[in-house]
Amino acid sequence: MNKQVPAWRAALVALGIFVALMALWEAAATSGGGTAAVDPEYAALVGQAAATGGQTPFPRPSAVALRLWELLRDPFYIRGPNDQGIGIQIGYSLLRVTAGFLLAALVAVPFGFLIGMSPLLNAALNPFIQVLRPVSPLAWMPLALYTIKDSAVSAIFVIFICALWPMLLNTAFGVASVRREWLNVARTLEAGTLKTAWRVILPAAAPTILTGMRISIGIAWLVIVAAEMLVGGTGIGYWVWNQWNNLSLADIVIAILLIGVVGLLLDRALGAVARLVAWQE
Amino acid sequence: MSDLHPYVSVEAVTRAYPGHTVFRDLWFGVNRGEFVCLVGHSGCGKTTVLNILAGLDKPDSGGVIVDGVEINGPSLDRAVIFQGHALMPWMTAEANVAFALSCRHKGWSKPQLREAAREALEKVGLGAAANRKPSMLSGGMKQRVGIARALALAPKMLLMDEPFSALDALTRGALQDEVSRLVQEANQTAFMITHDVDEAILLADRILLMTNGPDSHVAEVVQNTLPRPRDRANLHKLPGYHALRDHILEFLLTRSRELRGNPQPGWDRKALPVVRPAA
Ligand SMILES: Nc1ncnc2c1ncn2[C@@H]1O[C@H](COP(=O)(O)OP(=O)(O)O)[C@@H](O)[C@H]1O
Ligand SMILES: [Mg+2]
Repeated sequence: MNKQVPAWRAALVALGIFVALMALWEAAATSGGGTAAVDPEYAALVGQAAATGGQTPFPRPSAVALRLWELLRDPFYIRGPNDQGIGIQIGYSLLRVTAGFLLAALVAVPFGFLIGMSPLLNAALNPFIQVLRPVSPLAWMPLALYTIKDSAVSAIFVIFICALWPMLLNTAFGVASVRREWLNVARTLEAGTLKTAWRVILPAAAPTILTGMRISIGIAWLVIVAAEMLVGGTGIGYWVWNQWNNLSLADIVIAILLIGVVGLLLDRALGAVARLVAWQE
Repeated sequence: MSDLHPYVSVEAVTRAYPGHTVFRDLWFGVNRGEFVCLVGHSGCGKTTVLNILAGLDKPDSGGVIVDGVEINGPSLDRAVIFQGHALMPWMTAEANVAFALSCRHKGWSKPQLREAAREALEKVGLGAAANRKPSMLSGGMKQRVGIARALALAPKMLLMDEPFSALDALTRGALQDEVSRLVQEANQTAFMITHDVDEAILLADRILLMTNGPDSHVAEVVQNTLPRPRDRANLHKLPGYHALRDHILEFLLTRSRELRGNPQPGWDRKALPVVRPAA
């Protein structure tokens, strides 16, 4: 079952699947034009012109590829507030995610440390965490908009909230499960609380904390798209919404692709950090 | 003279868990430069004694006096060699020793610490492996790093809880010789728990025999009169070795059980009976 597969063979199969999918897509887009009967509710949702107009059939792969080339040739242009390059949009989203994520880390790691080191705090805060954690970060949005009164900051707040829990819980867990014997070593060395925290507990818990961070950044990237659809203005989420209003389906397909690629890169980046702090018994 | 005021003195120490008295009113001493082994069956409270000496555990009553001062928690002056090496896996061997040294010598620079750590590792024959992480070291090498870390602190007392029990026989033998040499060289006061009779005979000046638990007591003190230096290869040829070995084995096989809660006549907890089977 776990036999190693040569990389070139896996790549070949992946390429085959890709080509097959493209062919299927091309065929489907060519035969099935968008002239289906229109549901009135759907029409109301997308606007009458869009719903009745069969003029915008699903784009073919070749059209998408062409559009992708167009977008990536000049990703950083700015022509007014409503017309900016795709690179700029992704940049805005990344900025919000980074800001929210870093703020969350700044709160989650120290608090996780306290919770992990104190069984009392752990027990006392657990009910709050258990109730707040399953709340969709978007549910915070109205509250954020009302209290913060700034859509850009509200988006960052939503990222902060959703990135907080995995880091908090993993840090607390990692800190609480540091080997007793390492703590005993630190005690017999009279290492002191700060030195023990910095030199023993933090490195011991670092892999667990990084796992939490990886989950957090994944969720943050998922949530930013939805958040930007709500707050508007800038960002890849807003851009997707905008292209939907323009009925540029090719752009939406491209956005999906780019969101996936950026998410992958974010995960890889944290994976690299995780490897740096990993240790092996 | 040192019998009156031993360097390390365990006085009236009691330790109990709810519904389970480990031992009551325990008295014994360790003299300066002496190597004392504690022998007894699993569960009789040996680790509890060592943890109290280390300051990692607190007695319910009584106390431990080291060099005239009652101990109050762990201290750099009582270095512990743990059963499972207890090295930090994210640090190299050198960094593990340097970390301990940095706790002892707060003012030392990084190069100073590194230099001293390397020296300590060379003493246990690990100079070449200084830059390796514990995962890249064998079980015996890891335990050597643990020994280097403890000895580098130049502690008043070295505490060892079955330090070699997780190692294979060959490695264990080599490390026993090593510890024997290092402790002799440094005239190090040492207290070690073991259930390996030959290990106790090789290393100890005195061997405390502990009865089974719960509510165990130290039944007697065996004076090891075999001449030093001793080495494992010739240990069994020394006159008196067999008498000594038989005495301890017999204790472990039968007396440790019979004497539990039923001390032999004339037994005095503050002046434990001393025997010299090898003399
Ligand atoms: N945390 C604890 N809670 C309850 N009982 C304990 C605890 N630690 C040790 N004991 C009991 O104390 C006794 C002595 O344990 P220990 O000192 O580890 O024995 P040894 O090292 O001689 O094998 C054992 O019977 C053990 O079950
Ligand atoms: Mg034990």
